[in-house]
Amino acid sequence: MSKPVTVTLEFSGGLETVFNNIKSRKVTIPAPEDGKTLDMGYVVKYLADNLLKGNRDMFVLADKIRPGILVLINDADWELEGEEEYEPKDGDSLLFVSTLHGG
Amino acid sequence: MLLPNPRLCARCLTARPVVLRPKTQERLCKPCFLLAFETEIHETIISTNIFTRGEKIAIGASGGKDSTVLASVLKTLNERYDYGVEFVLLSIDEGIKGYRDDSLETVKRNAQQYEMELLIVGYEELYGGWTMDKVVGQIGKKGNCTYCGVFRRQALDRGAELLGIKHVVTGHNADDIAETVFMNLLRGDLPRLHRCAHITTASSTSPIKRSKPLKYAYEKEIVLYAHHKKLDYFSTECIYSPEAFRGSARALIKNLEKIRPSSILDVVKSGEAFAAMTGDIGPPAAEEEGEGGCGSTRSGGGSMAAEERRLRNKEKIVTRGKANQKGARKRNEQKLGSCVRCGYLTSQELCKACVLLDGLNKTVPRVEVELEGLKTITDGVQRVDLHMDEIKRAAAAI
Repeated sequence: MSKPVTVTLEFSGGLETVFNNIKSRKVTIPAPEDGKTLDMGYVVKYLADNLLKGNRDMFVLADKIRPGILVLINDADWELEGEEEYEPKDGDSLLFVSTLHGG
Repeated sequence: MLLPNPRLCARCLTARPVVLRPKTQERLCKPCFLLAFETEIHETIISTNIFTRGEKIAIGASGGKDSTVLASVLKTLNERYDYGVEFVLLSIDEGIKGYRDDSLETVKRNAQQYEMELLIVGYEELYGGWTMDKVVGQIGKKGNCTYCGVFRRQALDRGAELLGIKHVVTGHNADDIAETVFMNLLRGDLPRLHRCAHITTASSTSPIKRSKPLKYAYEKEIVLYAHHKKLDYFSTECIYSPEAFRGSARALIKNLEKIRPSSILDVVKSGEAFAAMTGDIGPPAAEEEGEGGCGSTRSGGGSMAAEERRLRNKEKIVTRGKANQKGARKRNEQKLGSCVRCGYLTSQELCKACVLLDGLNKTVPRVEVELEGLKTITDGVQRVDLHMDEIKRAAAAI
């Protein structure tokens, strides 16, 4: 059974516009009610369900992170950290940055 | 043989990797990634010979991630490798409140950060007061990208001319080019398919050449470069441009990248291979150059314009296709002159921008004419003529 974790969330690259213009915020993610693991897959769905205020498709497609959005865990590409299976720890910094907006 | 430790950078073998490179699957630490990214752009510049010592070059700058990274990297490389070129920032103000005015503030900061001269040319001054806000007020949101694409192309040329510059570099990246390759393939547009992957394009209707030094750079790496170098850029979407076709092409390549990261570069290489395979047939009809267009490469109005022209001029295009088969001779016969009104290079009496401006100044959109009927007649003599035309045409149709 997972415990809640407190992480620093950051949104940039235009993604902040669907998250109420949050650029950076400390957020406590509650443990999943079904007793499952609190991993990044769960965090993404939790954010989409609870924090997202705009167009959901800008962030997730079928509850998975939309291709073209980069996720950095403590400044490292989440692909190096196990992506959805990474289990965030207290104090982790999670950055979601869109590459899909205008250049 | 010792396998590299996946917890350490593949190059320096000491630091923690933070980037997984989509091209090579290399795991690199921050300094090694920044250097690798810059070095690849340098290699592109050197192998394609796009810069000439002593040359003054304008960087098409929107304040977005691509052009900001381009300006930063070019400054770094010009100093590191002594290209001996001078860079200037050139920005277009389309006159879109809440979109371009904010991003232009970013460009102004960039000009200070990179110690580059900055010129902003506006649609308002160039096109007799017609900002995109006003254009959209007149014609509506649908089809406005056609205007923006034509106007921007000419505005960049005019800005370059004002600066006495013959070469503009833009921030088009590998993802943009892969997208364009797909779009041209899906449209069956072979002339553009040939040219869209070229690093430098010169058009018969423009004295200014355009280059894309980031053509092999992944969008992912551009964003990561901007992030790790803490560059100051602005992200927003043009409020007038949904551009569904490019959007779908974009989604397609992003999905492909997820499954096979090399896909994007492979598509760019395919674009180059098409050009090599069929021989470069050069630019098609004058003023048909429509690749990219938008200051934000994402919402490229030019491609939408091209799509619309294509739909309108289907017959013409068939003819052009035949002409192409006969070879380049035919195309060269096309007479190039100056627009009788503004002097811009064109094969017609009026350049495309002036034709569009004529439309804006003289008429109201067709839909409105039909809906508002008699009201327009009172609006002025020219409008009466046009209105009568509409009525005649409508009568003929019945």
